Amino acid sequence: MSSDHGHHEPDNFWRKYVFSVDHKVIGIQYLITSFLFLLIGFGMMLLMRYQLAMPQPGDDFNPENLGMFRTLLQSIFGDDKMPYGYMAPEFYNQLGAMHGTIMIFLGVVPLGVAAFGNYVLPLQIGADDMAFPRLNMASYWTYLVGGIVMMSAFLAPGGAAQSGWTSYAPLSVTAPPGQTVWLVAMIIIIASSLLGSVNFIVTTLNMRAKGMSLGRMPVFVWAQLVTAVLLLLAFPVLQAGAMFQLLDRVADTSFYIPKDMFYGGTIFPRAGGGSPLLWQHLFWFLAHPEVYVLLLPAMGIVAEIIATNTRKPLFGYKEIVGSMILIGALSFVVWAHHMFVSGMRTSLANLFVTTTMTISVPSVAILTCLLLSLRGGQIRFNTPMLFAVAFLPMFGIGGLTGLPLGFAPTDLYLHDTYYVIGHFHYVVAPGSLIALMGGTYYWFPKMFGRRMDERLGKLHFWGTLIPINFVFFPMLIQGMWGMQRRLADPTLQWHNLPVQGWSMVIGIAAAVMLVAQIPFLWNFFYSIWNGEEVGENPWQATTLEWACPSPPPHGNFAKPPEVFRGPYEYSVPGHDSDFWPQDEAA
Amino acid sequence: MNSDGGYTIGMPPVATTYGGDIDSLMILLHVVMVGMFIIWGVYFAYCLIKFRATEGGKATYHQSGESASFVPDGVILAFEIWLILAFGIPLWAELKQETPPVEDSLEIHMVAEQFAWNFQYAGPDGKFGRRDPKLVSGSNPMGIDDDDPAAADDVMTVNNLYVPVDKPFILRMTSKDVIHDFQVTNFRNKQDVVPGLETTLWFEPNKEGKYEIGCAQLCGLGHTKMVGNVFVKSPEEYEEWFKEELEYKLADVGTTPSNNS
Repeated sequence: MSSDHGHHEPDNFWRKYVFSVDHKVIGIQYLITSFLFLLIGFGMMLLMRYQLAMPQPGDDFNPENLGMFRTLLQSIFGDDKMPYGYMAPEFYNQLGAMHGTIMIFLGVVPLGVAAFGNYVLPLQIGADDMAFPRLNMASYWTYLVGGIVMMSAFLAPGGAAQSGWTSYAPLSVTAPPGQTVWLVAMIIIIASSLLGSVNFIVTTLNMRAKGMSLGRMPVFVWAQLVTAVLLLLAFPVLQAGAMFQLLDRVADTSFYIPKDMFYGGTIFPRAGGGSPLLWQHLFWFLAHPEVYVLLLPAMGIVAEIIATNTRKPLFGYKEIVGSMILIGALSFVVWAHHMFVSGMRTSLANLFVTTTMTISVPSVAILTCLLLSLRGGQIRFNTPMLFAVAFLPMFGIGGLTGLPLGFAPTDLYLHDTYYVIGHFHYVVAPGSLIALMGGTYYWFPKMFGRRMDERLGKLHFWGTLIPINFVFFPMLIQGMWGMQRRLADPTLQWHNLPVQGWSMVIGIAAAVMLVAQIPFLWNFFYSIWNGEEVGENPWQATTLEWACPSPPPHGNFAKPPEVFRGPYEYSVPGHDSDFWPQDEAA
Repeated sequence: MNSDGGYTIGMPPVATTYGGDIDSLMILLHVVMVGMFIIWGVYFAYCLIKFRATEGGKATYHQSGESASFVPDGVILAFEIWLILAFGIPLWAELKQETPPVEDSLEIHMVAEQFAWNFQYAGPDGKFGRRDPKLVSGSNPMGIDDDDPAAADDVMTVNNLYVPVDKPFILRMTSKDVIHDFQVTNFRNKQDVVPGLETTLWFEPNKEGKYEIGCAQLCGLGHTKMVGNVFVKSPEEYEEWFKEELEYKLADVGTTPSNNS
């Protein structure tokens, strides 16, 4: 097979490590870039949490002596963004919009889909590379350019995008120029995702090793396949929507501008006839499938780690795969549950409540299967397994809190409160991101031929899991009391005061979580060169990525592997070891 | 326990007729959610302890209960269908698809803008004066046409909404600029206010008092400060307030008491 993969091992540094077409190098490029963006997004969140913990100067406020930290903030960000070290509302809105955008489109999706998908998927199906290596390289560089353009929005007059990551029109249409930069960056990032998703689909369908039937594909590959289909079908809709918004901003069109709308005290000089709700439909038509784009790869990773570390087959392989496909299909018909109070035709709500309740069933099925996979196992609690196991209850909370939000009558109360923030962060942060951390520890030995330190890994795990709950659970409490989201200073509204104290708890917990990432970063970079060396298959796993050297050479497998059995043949009675690799001849 | 002796799960006191139904539903959902999480969590903890790796231990290859694993899915689906049929459809219809008969209600028009809520009361004639965007000015934020006879007895307030207790009021809302969202936590309902559209929200307050209006949809720099109050008064107090407002208006004093508060 290595003869038909169309490219040879490059011999110069730039071609090998920078402008590489090798799926493994591209995967690692995505991995490191997305971690960088996650850190940037985390930093923005810390600034916002600092503001929310102490939004108002106290009685002892002295402009001459602000204290070290506020003086520092003022000098870094300037008087217009952080006067006296307190955050101006426009800066808060910028950080809010950019935190969401960066975490989702530049952090979690590139990490879960592009980094692990690129690195692991071809190995797991026994391919020597992606189907279109150059397209793959183009996808990464497009993503990087999109990310840089996105960050450059902060340099625009009036600052970065500040209309929320959802960029609801018409606020976004009349926002400062940073919004134009946001739209251009989104169009580039979406192009990158589309290039990647085509590649993943073709690779999975066409490049599987001999014997790797669909029913023998690891769950992670299935998750990536479903995700790629979602991206391919949902993202073009937002691409068009973003293009319309861009035209509204730069070409004075009226896709989202109604007649006689006011801007700055006078009637906005536009033809009108557009609809603000159109943007919401186009946006959520992508953004709800996007939730599953964030989630499915994480579930796939958890499935891999659990099967390996329970030393037994996954419970309900077919049920998990079927549920993933069902989730993928249903995710296209639930979008308007974000719009129960938007002003859309009210009778539509019953339809979307029903589809939303339906989509919870396959999610429950996957969680049940993963839980029952633990039953009867020989569980090894190594660092990847800790993260994978922690995903289950964390995603459980995220899923359960979705119930009163997807159910229209209770959403009337909870909509746009901190309850929503708590809910989706439980899905994405203690959920997906925890799983992706697990994936990092799990596949690190394959990527670098060395293992990350277990003690530091466990420190990182507990140092993340405990504070992260003190960050997000109090948000559910604040939301239950009715505190709205996106408030630069909730204390300006007296109805929020009784739950304001929790913001201090959240702020402290977030700072602790930051400290807990230091051992991770140290562990990651130190172990690349100094970690304990490992062989092909350090976890004694069965799937094909463990049947090639660590790290795999250009072309991956010495000879094309052949697959003889399903992906999780652990503890097979009568077999001499407790794992039976997919490529081992009977 | 809240101040009325009812059980709450961390929500502020309820002050509308239908708010109690929302609260009951919130409690029901959260009891079920916590219950499911505990049952699930206990089994999860049991598995983690019971099936940890042991020296020379062997994991199970053949697994039972593949079909039994569909039971939780089925139970949850049945529960959700029951929720939709028993509460979802009827409550939604009551809160959002229908409004109380207009003749038994107080109808108020509201125009939101960055960053204020403007209210228009029809006055004794029951007719709202015509609004025209071209007439909008600093002193006439809603653009009400003073030449329209129906507008003569209309009363306008900014950020302060006065309503009588135990009578439904219907808000007909639109926005001048961007999307806002009218939220009163104690009323348990909210609605986006969209430029170019008229949206409707109704409440029947059943407890006198002062309740805060917050904007729940990001609307720009002053989003946080876009607040107001609903004053729920006894019918007599409300009538008195309205009479006073109308007198001020007809005397053309300029500002009115409620707009000074």
